[in-house]
Amino acid sequence: MKRFSVWITYLQVAPLALVFLLFLVVPILTIVIVSFFDYTTTQIIPAFILQNYEELLFSETTWKTYLQTLEFTAIAWALTLVIGFTVAYFVAFHVRSPTMQTVLFLLCTIPFWTSNVIRMISWIPFLGRNGLANSTLMSMGLINQPLEFLLYSNFSVVLVYVHLYTLFMVVPIFNSMMRIDRSLLEAARDAGATGWQTLINVILPLCKPGIAIGSIFIVTIVMGDFVTVRMMSGGLSASVGLMMANAMSLLQYPAAAANAVVLLLVVLLVVAAMLRLVDIRKEL
Amino acid sequence: MQHGKRGPAFYFLGAFFVLFVLFLYGPTLTILVLSFQGPTGGLTFPMVGVSTYWFTNLFERQMVGDFAGSFQRSMILGVLSMLVTVAASFAAGLAFRARFRGSAVIFYLAIASLIVPSILISLGIGLLFRVLGWDPTWYTSAFGAHLTWTLPFGLLIMFAVFNRFDRRYEEAARDLGATSWQTIRHVVIPILLPSLIGVGLFGFTLSYDEFARSLYTAGTFNTLPLEIYGMTTNVTTPVLYALGTVTTGVSFLVIGVALGAVILVQRRRARHGSDAGKAA
Repeated sequence: MKRFSVWITYLQVAPLALVFLLFLVVPILTIVIVSFFDYTTTQIIPAFILQNYEELLFSETTWKTYLQTLEFTAIAWALTLVIGFTVAYFVAFHVRSPTMQTVLFLLCTIPFWTSNVIRMISWIPFLGRNGLANSTLMSMGLINQPLEFLLYSNFSVVLVYVHLYTLFMVVPIFNSMMRIDRSLLEAARDAGATGWQTLINVILPLCKPGIAIGSIFIVTIVMGDFVTVRMMSGGLSASVGLMMANAMSLLQYPAAAANAVVLLLVVLLVVAAMLRLVDIRKEL
Repeated sequence: MQHGKRGPAFYFLGAFFVLFVLFLYGPTLTILVLSFQGPTGGLTFPMVGVSTYWFTNLFERQMVGDFAGSFQRSMILGVLSMLVTVAASFAAGLAFRARFRGSAVIFYLAIASLIVPSILISLGIGLLFRVLGWDPTWYTSAFGAHLTWTLPFGLLIMFAVFNRFDRRYEEAARDLGATSWQTIRHVVIPILLPSLIGVGLFGFTLSYDEFARSLYTAGTFNTLPLEIYGMTTNVTTPVLYALGTVTTGVSFLVIGVALGAVILVQRRRARHGSDAGKAA
């Protein structure tokens, strides 16, 4: 009987394990293997060479692109953290009725279930040369010619990151906040803490796991992004993802694979650093 | 903070929240309005009349690409992803309640699947198919790629759900002579139905909107997000916004149906008590 139930357990988890094996583990191994392959303009040739890595790591463009990507990541992380924390704090501690909390929380999450590409496009009539932002500012007399940096610039890239991904901060931080025992806040107040002191010394430390989970999402998404950079910068900015996509479109698969391996290592290092702060399995 | 009069902090944070929601929804509302632009109107305001010209344009001509085909493919793929995500995450959720060898490995694979950048998974699957000499298609390679995104969400939701699930319901069912299958079918599934609907919502919408993971895996025929992305580079009329409005409309419809179903289940429960075990 005991042995039988073990088989049932394995059977239950098999479909999930199979998908991860076939579509995660094997493809990543493929990337690693192909990154050592040789290639010509038309085909890839099985080999074991380090040339792809040498060309990648000794190129100044690579370093610049990685720096640019890290810069985007850092800015997006800081903005989504501050905005996400504030929004979650308001809903968790300043909205009193649980129904209202659920409604406001859903209001924040619904855009997550709609298309990112569409949400990017929808900034065009807002930020364009003749867009809403410029025409409003001009009619208010604040500027006398359209601001060019609004669309197709690093500004619009970061704006869209914040627009698309703040939610990834809101949800885990809100989850952490809702688990905070309210009597702790009362104790802090009784001990004479101001609202601000309670926030800094009680709430913030207890939200660390949520912050870490949100940060992991933001870092991995922004580090691997290329659609946003391509669409919102109009080809003016670079990112690691875009660099890989360009190599792919030139059929330089091993070069793209080597870049992918390096990117993966960088992302995993950052995530490992963050995971030291939190045990994800405890948070569910 | 919880009692007494609202302080200035409340109003400040409230205003911040309102601005955030405007920021979230404003652009989408803008293209909703602009998609009803008159036939001679452009990509930005002012509106030159109001019409449904661009919507008919979207459905009529094939010049804007293969909208109907890509829409159909994305719908089928979304439904497939939804069904597999619900079934596989629920089964895995059941499995993870017992200790078994390899459970930690599978858990970390699920986390890895979430945090490995989408473009790497796309690239990896694309390369794998190329190396093996297979043609990537939307219903094989892209389907698998989408599952690596929807399944971790499903699994994590099921973890959270089973952590809060009272096992005494199952014990009671067993004591009454139910088999394991009967317990799952008539007790566990009815109780967890709202969460399973939630997992389904994730499964469908994440697949329906997925771009990066489809990029190198969809093969010859585009899914809808790829088609839209292609259009952004060569379409400069409000038909793009019409497409955006239709796609977002579909997403909202799906979200609405899912939330409606959850509310319905909970209402029924409030009226009848739990209907677990009542199903014939």
